[in-house]
Amino acid sequence: MNRSLESLLQLLGRAPRKPKKDELSPEVQKIYFYKKGEKVTKAQLEALHDEHHKNSKNKWRKRRWLTLIAVNLLFVVSYYFDIQLLEGALTASRFMGFHMADLNSALQVMLAHKQVLINLMIGITTIFILWFILGGRTFCSWVCPYHLLAEWAEKLHLWLAARGLAKNYTFHRGVRTVFYIIFALLALLTGYTVYEFISPTGILSRALIYGPTLALAWVAFLLLFEIFLSRRAWCRYVCPIGITYGLVGIFSPVRVTYDMTDCKHEGDCRNVCLVPHVLDVTIKNRSTDVEIGIGADCTRCGLCVDACPTNSLNFEFKGLTRKSSKPEVERSLMPEKKEEQS
Amino acid sequence: MTQATNDKAEQNQTSKKPSKKKTIHRGPGRRAQEARRQFLRSVALTVGVTSVSLAGFIPLKGHADTRLKMRPPGALTEKDFLASCIKCGQCVQVCPVNAIKLDDLDTGFGLGTPYIEAREQACDFSCDGLQCVLACPTGSLTHVLDYPKDTRMGIAKLDKPKICLAVAGKGFKGIARGPDYDGVLRYEDIDRWNPIPLKDHPYDVEICDLCVQACPIEQRYNQCQEGNYPSGDKNQCPPKRAIGLELIEEKNGVRHMKPVVYDGCVGCGVCEMICPTEQAAIVIDYNEVTKMPLSPEYLKKSEGHS
Repeated sequence: MNRSLESLLQLLGRAPRKPKKDELSPEVQKIYFYKKGEKVTKAQLEALHDEHHKNSKNKWRKRRWLTLIAVNLLFVVSYYFDIQLLEGALTASRFMGFHMADLNSALQVMLAHKQVLINLMIGITTIFILWFILGGRTFCSWVCPYHLLAEWAEKLHLWLAARGLAKNYTFHRGVRTVFYIIFALLALLTGYTVYEFISPTGILSRALIYGPTLALAWVAFLLLFEIFLSRRAWCRYVCPIGITYGLVGIFSPVRVTYDMTDCKHEGDCRNVCLVPHVLDVTIKNRSTDVEIGIGADCTRCGLCVDACPTNSLNFEFKGLTRKSSKPEVERSLMPEKKEEQS
Repeated sequence: MTQATNDKAEQNQTSKKPSKKKTIHRGPGRRAQEARRQFLRSVALTVGVTSVSLAGFIPLKGHADTRLKMRPPGALTEKDFLASCIKCGQCVQVCPVNAIKLDDLDTGFGLGTPYIEAREQACDFSCDGLQCVLACPTGSLTHVLDYPKDTRMGIAKLDKPKICLAVAGKGFKGIARGPDYDGVLRYEDIDRWNPIPLKDHPYDVEICDLCVQACPIEQRYNQCQEGNYPSGDKNQCPPKRAIGLELIEEKNGVRHMKPVVYDGCVGCGVCEMICPTEQAAIVIDYNEVTKMPLSPEYLKKSEGHS
């Protein structure tokens, strides 16, 4: 099936499909076959893991946290010192005088108000182009302040869950699409930007810039819910902003790519991922090609890139980054003889 | 230990199948059960979160088009204002007197929308050019509005004539709102561009007329009378006066002064802010506006917009 369509359906909540054997490229089949004969012991995996983490510890996470904090701080500093560099909040702003509008907030406003002003149109276009290039949901993990708090809450959740002090109730991922439709319809029918009333992104961004509000209690409630009852629930199952930017990022040139050649399929990447379904291709016999782009729901957070002990997951800027460095020779050396043996 | 073995044996008996196959047999059943639970949880989540979002209606109940607070210059009617405001606070950032604040949870869908608390800090049109209107990305503060005279934030009313100093025939000497008050106003004769704290500008008048003296529309009106147009733009000139002290004769023959609000009042709230009595004798009704028609410039521009 067309990969972009598959990626869209997964974004909207469909579970990843296990490909039939004839969908796998011959080369991939060969590699999987080779791997079948190669037993990986736990000790080997741990050694790989240690070796990998000795050199690069959370490289992408550091960069991402720095970026996220810097962007949000720029709003605060710009207002506090009145330097007019980045005015407004995450819902709408001006960067050095140039309009920017959060696509989901703008959508809510357009549906509720049924009129579009030129300034808003400029803001929408700018932001659309920006996130189309940078990867859609990149907004979530690299800019959204709630994401950072939720990431910390997730750490706490995992710690508590390991000790039996927290549960992880899951929901059907399709429920986020249902929310998307509900909030679009509510805006259209009631004439109020209903989602903005509960958007932790907007509430947090404004609280940072203009000072704390009672609305922060709602954000605290969400975090507690995630800590004790359901891992990363808001981002995974509710937030329509994620879908909006996911849609923008379907054809984005910036993405994480997976090269299955060296992958040990141990699942370290899926353990750290906010949206693990996009990494189902890393399960044995799931990847149809040797190299495959990760779907639109991916927030390009880079946790998997950091976690992967075999460097099988990497950031790619289509057309700019060189293809992964595995020389063809090495691939062709995958013993075909073994195939004959069995 | 024996208990556990017994249980196992019992299970094996009932299923009559090797235990390895049994798990495969029971697997889908359990999965279906979990799927059903997950579905129910998802329904609950949908109902829960949607209900919370609809709680934003509660404070608005019964007055969809009534303002709960004063809005910044150029605000559309309340319903349209709430529909169009993107809640970014850019108007807050550009206001030179920091008159604009953002609403909280208690105003429902008003969360994050701008309002002005005139008694704390009124809009004194210091900026002439209506910066908040220019900053608004969505036109919630209508871009048709160019001049203070066409603003319609409300209208001033002498709410408590009994406490009004002018009505009582009293003067006023000192700092209008006391030494702890932080509000600022622009004084043309002190610094045209930089507003100064009210506490740095004491008054001394025989009959209190602070509301008239401070009124930005009155000041503009008087400047224009002298041929001295604000920002050098004749269109800045208000067509009518906004407020003045008049000598009133009661039925019982008692004569006293009284602030009278005229059609030129746009409801900026400076009179409410400066009124030196404990509670403001004069306040803004932000759900009513003057009967004075909008200027031809405004109407012309508004045609182009709709």
